[in-house]
Amino acid sequence: MSRGRKKRILIAKPGLDGHDRGVKVVARALRNAGMEVIYAGLHQTPLQIVSAAIDEDVDAIGLSILSGAHNTIFPKIMSFLKDRGASDILVFGGGTIPKKDLENLKSLGIGEIFTTGTDTRAIIDYLNTTLER
Amino acid sequence: MNNQKDRETIESGHRRSNGEDSFKNLSGFKIKALYGPEDISHLNPETDLGLPGEYPFTRGIHKTMYRERPWTIRQLGSLDSPSRANERIRQLLKMGATGISLCLDMPTIMGKDSDDPLAEGEVGSCGGVAIDSIEDMRNLMEGISLDEISINFVSNSQSAVLLAMFVAVAEERGVPLEKLTGTMQNDILKEYQAQKSYYFPPRPSMRLTMDTLSFCNKFLPRFNPISISGYHLASAGATPVQELAFTLANGFTYVEEGIRAGLSVDSFAPRLSFFFKAHNDFFENIAKFRAARRIWAKTMRERFGAKDRRSCILRMHAQTSGSSLTAHQAENNIIRVTTQALSAVLGGTQSLHTNAFDEAVSIPTARSEKLALRTQQIIAGESGVINTIDPLAGSYYVEALTDQMETECYKYFNEIENLGGVISAIEKGYYARIIADSAFRYQEKIEKGKRTVVGLNEFFEEEEIDIQLREADPGFEDEKVSGLTDFKKNRDHALVKACLNDIRDVSQGSDNIMPALIKAVKSCVTLGEIIGVMKEVFGEYREDYIY
Repeated sequence: MSRGRKKRILIAKPGLDGHDRGVKVVARALRNAGMEVIYAGLHQTPLQIVSAAIDEDVDAIGLSILSGAHNTIFPKIMSFLKDRGASDILVFGGGTIPKKDLENLKSLGIGEIFTTGTDTRAIIDYLNTTLER
Repeated sequence: MNNQKDRETIESGHRRSNGEDSFKNLSGFKIKALYGPEDISHLNPETDLGLPGEYPFTRGIHKTMYRERPWTIRQLGSLDSPSRANERIRQLLKMGATGISLCLDMPTIMGKDSDDPLAEGEVGSCGGVAIDSIEDMRNLMEGISLDEISINFVSNSQSAVLLAMFVAVAEERGVPLEKLTGTMQNDILKEYQAQKSYYFPPRPSMRLTMDTLSFCNKFLPRFNPISISGYHLASAGATPVQELAFTLANGFTYVEEGIRAGLSVDSFAPRLSFFFKAHNDFFENIAKFRAARRIWAKTMRERFGAKDRRSCILRMHAQTSGSSLTAHQAENNIIRVTTQALSAVLGGTQSLHTNAFDEAVSIPTARSEKLALRTQQIIAGESGVINTIDPLAGSYYVEALTDQMETECYKYFNEIENLGGVISAIEKGYYARIIADSAFRYQEKIEKGKRTVVGLNEFFEEEEIDIQLREADPGFEDEKVSGLTDFKKNRDHALVKACLNDIRDVSQGSDNIMPALIKAVKSCVTLGEIIGVMKEVFGEYREDYIY
């Protein structure tokens, strides 16, 4: 990304679950850290999320999922991004995700998964470091 | 002895120095080092506390409380498929559970059938059971005595449909409706405020709630048609005092609506029940439960003119705090759950659900669930706390805190009233703003080390002990979808269509929707089909996202 521009982050909650405490805390923490945050809201389909990311010209997509549907939903998002030629958008995620699933999710090209108990400063540091490269 | 000076010395002695956050409870009240007679000098034991089982019920709703009957030990009996959930319910009862809560999977929560494209990957999710049709309800309830075992359906936007299925199955089995016991959570207001599994705008949702309330009032006198739930508000971030104030305000709104729907207050208020969180701060939780009963009793009598003492009784279910559990050193959660459960008992709950220690990571295993159940049995059987009723009454601290909870609640009641009532406050983003603020502050305190979380911001260890997690059944979704496909194929299609047309007509009018729903589910119409038609009539709700 070009220097000087604020980092633009799309935060989304794919799937049917409405537990939005975590996603809102992260959205606010990123905003307080000087990033431009677009919160796509609840019940978003993978296609809606990818379209929004492209329309909004974001640098990264942050996905929150607590329902256990990550193994179905994350791969779809990665594949839609690829189809639309937008694989350069960094994808990271978080939520109730067992350790055993992390490796597989990262092999799809997801940059990082932040599980329960993560400090928001770790997410900010990660985005600052990764998006400056 | 200079009493005043001694007090000052005590107040200034800080063990820890978290600056302005020192010694605050979760509601943000500053807690003094010592409480004494002067803190409860205005307390009138007769009118403010009463005896157990007597107005204003601060000391508990029963004369004998747990000496006669312990609280209902209510654990989660849900699993992906209705028949597996049924098996689970029977196991829990055999292990000594005395009540059951049933969660739904995400598609059912969102009013979608298992074969809906948006349900993919989520059928049987979140430890919830997938209910598409009457067939699922039959399998779920098989062999379970509907007039003895109280099942708490954690069902909200789809409650009218689930109630219709429950009633239809009872009729098939020849169980008289007046004997049916159980609860529908059916608390739509907190969905807009916190839990977010709404479909329709608040007004039509409230109409459906009132239809179920009136129906139960007429035909299911032992059934609890609404469980007014603070738990979800607290899980979304509300502080304990906010949870208390918002929940009671929601309760009063249902009472107003019931009266507006033409019911007399004493005909339905006794069946309203509540659901609160037992969070980390031990005494704050006890004070919250006691204040809840007192505020409810006074308001029901003074504002709504309730004559029946049962209308003034706040009956509650409680659950330990899922949001306080940590993924790090997950076994520490066993201890958190124990102290939270104990506070719920000392607060006088009627029913309790203890969380399993692995819930911050995954759906619980049979082993962790059993441990959660045994935790309650140990408190009930071994700790001796049930031997006397409301043992903390008269405690300078507990009574002062109970008072403070009550006083602070009225500040929120006034704010809500000034916004034009609960529904209008929802539409103005009042709850979304307050809850997001509280959630953010809570996280901030943890990250700055101002609130201790053992194993996370204190006593952290790099190395994590591996715990055994439950494995989901990967074949379940396909199995459920194919079963539903067969079910839909083998029904009277013209009848299905006619039932859906009826539902559309009744939705557009103002008659009670329950008879049309019962007829439809008996005719094999599915949950997703019914909600689909209702959405055409009622529209769908969209919230403004505030964070």
